[in-house]
Amino acid sequence: MTDTATPRGAASTPSVTEYPAARQEGCPFGPAPQLRRLTEQEPVAKARIWDGSTPWLVTRHADQRALLTDPRLSIDEKLPNYPHMTRGRAEIAPHLPELITNTDAPEHTRLRRLVNLPFTVKRVEALRPTIQRLLDELIDDLLAGPKPADLVTTIGLPVPTLVITALLGVPYADHEFFHRHSTVGVSHTSTPEEVRASNTALSGYLGELLDKKRTDPSDDVLSEMAGHVNEGRMTREEAVIMGSAILIAGHETSANMISLGTLLLLRNPEQLEVVRTTEDPKVVAGAVEELLRYLTIVHTGIRRVALEDIEVGGQVIPAGDGVIFDLATADWDAEAFPEPDTLDLSRPARKHHAFGYGAHQCLGQTLARVELQAVFGTLFRRIPTLSLAVPFEEVDFAFEGVAYGLRSLPVTW
Amino acid sequence: MRVELDEPKCVASGQCVVEAPDVFDQRDEDGVAVVLDPHPPEELYDQVNEAVAICPAAALRLVRE
Repeated sequence: MTDTATPRGAASTPSVTEYPAARQEGCPFGPAPQLRRLTEQEPVAKARIWDGSTPWLVTRHADQRALLTDPRLSIDEKLPNYPHMTRGRAEIAPHLPELITNTDAPEHTRLRRLVNLPFTVKRVEALRPTIQRLLDELIDDLLAGPKPADLVTTIGLPVPTLVITALLGVPYADHEFFHRHSTVGVSHTSTPEEVRASNTALSGYLGELLDKKRTDPSDDVLSEMAGHVNEGRMTREEAVIMGSAILIAGHETSANMISLGTLLLLRNPEQLEVVRTTEDPKVVAGAVEELLRYLTIVHTGIRRVALEDIEVGGQVIPAGDGVIFDLATADWDAEAFPEPDTLDLSRPARKHHAFGYGAHQCLGQTLARVELQAVFGTLFRRIPTLSLAVPFEEVDFAFEGVAYGLRSLPVTW
Repeated sequence: MRVELDEPKCVASGQCVVEAPDVFDQRDEDGVAVVLDPHPPEELYDQVNEAVAICPAAALRLVRE
C-alpha cells in the first residue's frame, strides 16, 4: 500500500482555471466561456486565485445544491486554506468577530435569527407600498428632467439606497459618503490599505449612529440591533459590522440588478413586452426570477473549506481544501435550465443560485425581490418608449466588484 | 402527505412563506418557519414541493404517511 495518499476512486488530475475569469468580449451578460465548459466537461475542477493557491471550483447546479447544504463544508474564513476573495479580505479575516458571514451552525443560526427580523416576509411585504411610492416619485422626477438621463443615478441606485437607509435608520443625505466607501470595500482592485480605511470610516460612522440609538431608539433596524447590544445578545462590534454589511449589500447589489436588468430587457424587446403589458404580479415575479438567474451578478464565487473528505462529481475534495462555487455557471447549467442562453421570462427560474444557496443564502433576498418587482413592473409601463441613448457597445460595465453592474446607463424616451 | 420542518436547521429566510403562504408562516420573534397546515390539501402540493425545493437550509420535507 504505497498509494494511500491517492483518494479512493479519484479521477484524473483536475485542470486549473484562472479565477475569477473575464467575460467574453461582446457577451457581457454571460459567464466566461472557459467556466461554462467546466460545467459540461469537468464540473469539479480547480481555480487559481489571486494568491496563487488552487482551491476546488464547483460549477454544476446540482453539485452546488448538494454541497452548499452539506455540513462538511465550512464558511469559517479563519480556517487554513480558506480561499479568500482578495488580499484585503484575507488580512481582515482573522480580526473579525463571529458574524453570519463567517460562522457555521449552530452559532450561525443564532446570529442569523438575531439580524433576520427586518427581512421576514411579513415585514418586507409591509414595505411594498412605500417602495412603490418612492419609485413613482423617482420616475416622476426622471420624466420631468432632461433627456437623455442616466438610469443608474436616477433610478437604479436611489431605489435600493432610499429603501435600505429607511429600513436601517441611516440618513439618506449621507448616501454619497457610504456609497463611496462601500464601493472601495467590495472592489477587488482596491489595495488592502484602501479597504481598511474605508471599513474604518464606515464602522466609525455606523458606530456613532448605533450609540445614539442605544439611548434614543426609533423604529428601524439599527435601533433594533442597539437594543440587542443593550441587552447583551450582541456585541457593539457585531452590530456595527452587521449594520455595514446590510447597508453595503442592501444598495449596491439591487442597484446593479436594476440597471443591468433594464439594459437586458431593452436588448430583448419581445421579453420586455411581457413585463410592460402584464397586470399580473405573478408574471412580474416570475420575470424577476429569470432576470436574477440570467444575470447572477455575484461573479467572484462563494467560498468554503472542506472539513472532511467529500466525494463529488468524480473527484474527492480532501479535508482542509478550499472550495469555490461559481454561481453564474450553475445558473447557466443546461441540466437545470434548458437553453440557458435564452432569456425566457416565462420559465420556472426560482431555483437559481443568484442569492447563493444553503444556510448563508442572501439575508435580504425578499427585500431585493420586492424592489425588483416594483421596478420591472412599473418602469416600462410608465415609460413605454424607454430606450438606450448610446450604442450598446458604449455602455460602461463595471466588472471589478463582487457583483458586476453598470457605471452609467444613458437612456431616453 | 405530511409537511415536516427540521426547526433547528431553519435559517428563517421565509422562502417557504413566499411560495406557500397557506401552509407556512414565520414566527414574529425570530422569523423561524411555522407549519400552519401539516396536512395541506392536494391542490397545494405543487406549492409545498416548490417550498421544499427552494428552502436554502434543506429544513423541509413533504413525506408520505
